[in-house]
Amino acid sequence: MSLLDVRDLTVVFQRRGERPFTAVDKVSFSVEPGQTVGLVGESGCGKSVTSLAIMGLLPRRGNKVTGEVNFDGTDLLKLRPDDLRDRRGRDIGMIFQDPLSSLNPVVPIGIQVAEVLERHRGMDRKAALKEARELLDAVGIPDPNRRLKEYPHQISGGMRQRALIAIALACKPRLLIADEPTTALDVTIQAQILTLLKQLVDETGTALIMITHDLGVVAGLCDTVNVLYGGKVVERAARHELFARPRHPYTHGLLSSVPRLDSPRGERLHAIRGSVADNIPWGEGCAFAPRCDNVVDACLEGTPPLEPTATGGDLRCNNPVSEEVAVP
Amino acid sequence: MTESTERTGPLVELRDVKVHFPVKSGVLFDRTVGYVYAVDGVSLSINRGETYGLVGESGCGKSTLGRGLLRLVEPTDGEIVFDGTDVRSLKGESMRKARRRMQMIFQDPLSSLDPRQSVESLLVEGLKAHGLAGDKAATAKRLRDTLAAVGLPASALSKYPHEFSGGQRQRIGIARALVLDPELIVADEPVSALDVSIQAQVLNLLEDIQNDRGLTYLIIAHDLAVVRHIADTVGVMYLGGLVEEASSDDLYREPMHPYTKALMSAVPVPDPQVEDRRERILLAGDLPSPTNPPAGCRFHTRCPWAQPTRCAEERPALREVLDGHRVACHYAEDIAAGRIRPHEVEPELVRPDDGAAPGDTGELIPTP
Repeated sequence: MSLLDVRDLTVVFQRRGERPFTAVDKVSFSVEPGQTVGLVGESGCGKSVTSLAIMGLLPRRGNKVTGEVNFDGTDLLKLRPDDLRDRRGRDIGMIFQDPLSSLNPVVPIGIQVAEVLERHRGMDRKAALKEARELLDAVGIPDPNRRLKEYPHQISGGMRQRALIAIALACKPRLLIADEPTTALDVTIQAQILTLLKQLVDETGTALIMITHDLGVVAGLCDTVNVLYGGKVVERAARHELFARPRHPYTHGLLSSVPRLDSPRGERLHAIRGSVADNIPWGEGCAFAPRCDNVVDACLEGTPPLEPTATGGDLRCNNPVSEEVAVP
Repeated sequence: MTESTERTGPLVELRDVKVHFPVKSGVLFDRTVGYVYAVDGVSLSINRGETYGLVGESGCGKSTLGRGLLRLVEPTDGEIVFDGTDVRSLKGESMRKARRRMQMIFQDPLSSLDPRQSVESLLVEGLKAHGLAGDKAATAKRLRDTLAAVGLPASALSKYPHEFSGGQRQRIGIARALVLDPELIVADEPVSALDVSIQAQVLNLLEDIQNDRGLTYLIIAHDLAVVRHIADTVGVMYLGGLVEEASSDDLYREPMHPYTKALMSAVPVPDPQVEDRRERILLAGDLPSPTNPPAGCRFHTRCPWAQPTRCAEERPALREVLDGHRVACHYAEDIAAGRIRPHEVEPELVRPDDGAAPGDTGELIPTP
């Protein structure tokens, strides 16, 4: 059985006097134990809202979450807030994009790590601090004894992200959700953090959901990749398959629009035309249709279904990119 | 000077430019207790009609250098020669006039465009400041032409920045720089706030404009792949200094400075086959503080190739190691020839999988 099974997760934001907005639209995916799954897309595609909905971290008012989030057989969406709090942090850890705003600025790092251990593992402060020291050491923070007493502003961005990873991993969760964990960091620090994450996932067998806009990060890390567009999964494939033969015109467009360090220079980039503002609602057709080069009549007649492909993935497209077309 | 040399010669020359920011402290009297050495002795030249790309991580001084060039921050020392005149010697009105010829594009179009000004007013403001808005009909045509050049409809003139998407806003930012018909455009992270699909549109646009108008660009960015794509010459900065400069192709084919090597190896490539085989040079620790930069080579504290002699004592000058390839490293030749091996323990060299034989230095990015 899958560790996490998300079924038809839908998040609708409703504000009085405004039309409801569907940020996440019947998203389904599953995560096996020890697996790394990527959620990829550009801003506004619903990737972060998906993770917040799974964790039950969306604000209580102004939105409606439907569907199922089965974690180890329990539907997290049906849990009472108290029970959910018990699982969050213990069974599921989360790392956010900006480590400065997700750490408490007036509490020393050591206490913030120890807090998790006290809350979920019932340790006393002394034992928890001792364990916290080891955790900081494990995530590669030099001189952990001194760092325990320091505040977030006293350490660098990369070190803060390491501290956040230490907090997320404190209870050895079975699932870790990383929402753009390296976006705020420089490339050399990003390389450090990604290597660390990969190492920890290998060592502890934690499943990882990696949410990112950076296809390069996904290429080196994820087993399966879900590409989101306008709140829906448009393509799902194994890592090698997706990058070698992207079938959805959006995935194909994304891959050919990024300049690569190892591609020949001097060629024009193949930009996707328009912007997400041109999207049509899914109900009227494929949201990507106005920007798509492969658009056919059927694309404007209702939502294309997500159908399994021959290579074991899923695809939501009426006129996919031919398998022979390589990414330029 | 003949017409032909004027076309190909350098438009901008920086000689030993320094920008130091004082660090003040004290309750009653602001005592200067130290300096942030944001840019500390950079020399480079940008040829007419070319694109110079400046890369580096946050805090390396690349943005400060770009601003220093336009004197948006006042350089502490050095010479900035723009088309034969020393920009730093210009005062008041003559400086203001010179600014028409050098324009800037900023990173975040939302915060660099006044939300209460319509696009027309944003564009006309510069023209008025330089006394170019006299003839109404000519101005209107100029605005329409500029908008067409950046791919916006003429109807955009009466709209406000919030009515546009991020990519379109960046086009307005580009139009604002273009409308004055400058010779040099300094673009500070022009695409890093944009989604990848929009990034490509803006990069293509910048290229098209350059081809049409023969503009000279200084593109400042942290994304190595973006800079390699758009720039003819690339300079890599680390902690206030230029550590390597080469043509875009050479720099990528054979990065010679240890920092450039590490930087290149850290950039993720959207191709799993490449990612699985790549060697990654992980740098130990973080960037040292620019208020107290390490003595000698600024990179020696994190350099896997650092040697016990010279590196900690003597700051390496940027010298031409190969034709047109300048490197600031005492041991650039030895490292390139493999006579110096990276240290084994710290900082460590991590391979994603231990498939390669030990001792094999491998390629940074294996060619398929």
